[in-house]
Amino acid sequence: MTSSNSDFWKTLGIYLFGKAKKLSLAFKKAPTMKELMMVYYAEAKSASLSGRKVAWITSGGPVEPLIAMDVIPVYPENHGAMIGASKMGGGLCEKAEAMGYSNDLCSYARSDIACATVNGGPIGGLPRPDMLVCCNNICGTVLKWYEIQARYFNVPLFILDTPFCHTGYSEEAARYVRAQIDEYITFIEDACHKKYNFDKLTEAGLLSFEAQKLWQAVLDTAASRPAPLSAFDAFYHLALIVTLRGTKEAVSYYQNLLAVMKDRVARGEGVVPGEKYRLLWDNIPIWHRTRWLSNKFASHNACLVADTYTSAWCGVTKYIDENRFMDSMAEAYTRIYLNIGVDEMAKMVLDMIDKYDVDGFVLHSNRSCKPYSFGQLDIQRIVEAERGIPCLMIESDMTDERSFAEGQISTRIDAFMEIIKERKKETR
Amino acid sequence: MITAGIDIGSITAKAALVQDGRILGDKVIFTGYNAAAAGKRVYEELLAEIGVTSKDVAKVVATGYGRNAVAFADKTFTEILAHAAGAHYADPRVKTIVDIGGQDSKAISLDDKGKVKNFIMNDKCAAGTGRFLEVMARAMEVNLDEFGSMSLASQAPAKISSICTVFAESEVISLIARGEKRPDIISGIHESIAARISAMLARVGVVEPVMITGGVAKNAGVVAALSKKLGVPIEVSPHAQQNGAIGAAILAAAL
Repeated sequence: MTSSNSDFWKTLGIYLFGKAKKLSLAFKKAPTMKELMMVYYAEAKSASLSGRKVAWITSGGPVEPLIAMDVIPVYPENHGAMIGASKMGGGLCEKAEAMGYSNDLCSYARSDIACATVNGGPIGGLPRPDMLVCCNNICGTVLKWYEIQARYFNVPLFILDTPFCHTGYSEEAARYVRAQIDEYITFIEDACHKKYNFDKLTEAGLLSFEAQKLWQAVLDTAASRPAPLSAFDAFYHLALIVTLRGTKEAVSYYQNLLAVMKDRVARGEGVVPGEKYRLLWDNIPIWHRTRWLSNKFASHNACLVADTYTSAWCGVTKYIDENRFMDSMAEAYTRIYLNIGVDEMAKMVLDMIDKYDVDGFVLHSNRSCKPYSFGQLDIQRIVEAERGIPCLMIESDMTDERSFAEGQISTRIDAFMEIIKERKKETR
Repeated sequence: MITAGIDIGSITAKAALVQDGRILGDKVIFTGYNAAAAGKRVYEELLAEIGVTSKDVAKVVATGYGRNAVAFADKTFTEILAHAAGAHYADPRVKTIVDIGGQDSKAISLDDKGKVKNFIMNDKCAAGTGRFLEVMARAMEVNLDEFGSMSLASQAPAKISSICTVFAESEVISLIARGEKRPDIISGIHESIAARISAMLARVGVVEPVMITGGVAKNAGVVAALSKKLGVPIEVSPHAQQNGAIGAAILAAAL
């Protein structure tokens, strides 16, 4: 049997598995994250059989215009998180370094670039893209990363350029980004060889807006004492708001999750037994160490009740006008957390400190993510001056497990918790 | 009441015995590869030297990297808290501590009561630590104990620009090859450590009086370079290397 033949049977198997699984979920009241993600990846990996197109898109890119055209969005960054959580980042990064990519580059980019050439990682690589959509609202690395992949797969690339918003949102920026949305629509029409369906976009926009509000409501439940969920839970439940916002599945998933959390709040059930200390987390999770960190903080009766990362997918609902989704999404996508000035970021952090009533602030200085880590020292200083709570900075990397020194980080966390405990004793 | 503090560092293990605010004695040995055995040995040897038994000791607190390996400890604290307690005991006026140990360095700020306000530790890099000095002393073929005093004779410190231990070593080797004077190279090494440490200190804020603790405080060259860089006098802890163990014994008394 030739290799393309065996590929066909493999894809057919995945296709039938996805179909069967989706059918069985239709009878289920509340499908789990794992089940939904299984169907999602099965559909994406067998898209060639169902005649659907696959687009790779950056985590902060406007996905609703793709959903409206039945294109399956696939997220190399979500895949990067999976690679990290499976502790496969170090190996793939080494592979990328052997290909000539510097170890100073983002580990999501390194993992993805390496993975595409070997179909490795926890799910045997991502499905081949028909098009790439890159929005630079999250960083500048994605430009080169997506150009490399566009060359590798020989597929069209759309770049949505969102100017950095140091303060406010200028009229020029608004016009500039809005004009690109029209170009984006044309790009999708060309890639799909069919007319754009604007009714479907309105529908996807409404569902996306609904899911974002629900996700915020889920995160808000952590303001209760004890918190019914921690940032570590949020890191897990985040997957759908990233990958499937704009779909009915995401909305019903978060409706169910919100009900579960509200129920826990009503019963006074906390996720960390004997919660005494409440902390705020900054930056992308250390995917390969979430369990270790969760246990480490819990051993001090500390709960990471909120984080700046997962709230980034619902932090801009104030800019969205659900009745004018296409116009307002330009502003919403441009003004996300990573594309605003440090003063505005610090203000959001201070608001979260008050809202979730936290005792300390943990900052992950992430070797991979320059835009997220660059202003952290200033934000830390502002928090110390304005709220006077202890702050801890730990140096690591989101996906590359070679950048984690357990002994050092363990001592830092212990010392940080000693200070918090001492402070709480004094104020009591 | 007699209490004990055990501080297991990456290079040395320290023990101290304190009775009602008075230091009975202390001891330093090499940690080696077995932190648990080193903790036990340094404690037993100190008890024998002072002439007391473990039954006479009311509480034991362990600190340092190997703190969790000390099975006989009643409680563990991080070296941040232990060094703060030790420095506060040595001089209650101290507001800022620089601790330079074998594999890490830290800057600690204290409030009026001697409580830790904030701390910063070095990142995952041995530059600016005791291990860095050991590597350099070997490259220079100078005994570590003479390293400090030798640098004080320097007229024109050499410039060491690399902040990585491995690269700095090759930089030093090329300076030797160029025929730079030994005291000048050593002085340059101390200045490079001072530059790194002072950047860390700036993050917690330098409030006088400043005290230096940890094994590297024994090096007069580092202390002089740091004092010059910061522009403030630096008090050397009277028991710099044992400061963490003494602090742990003080914390044990408050359990």
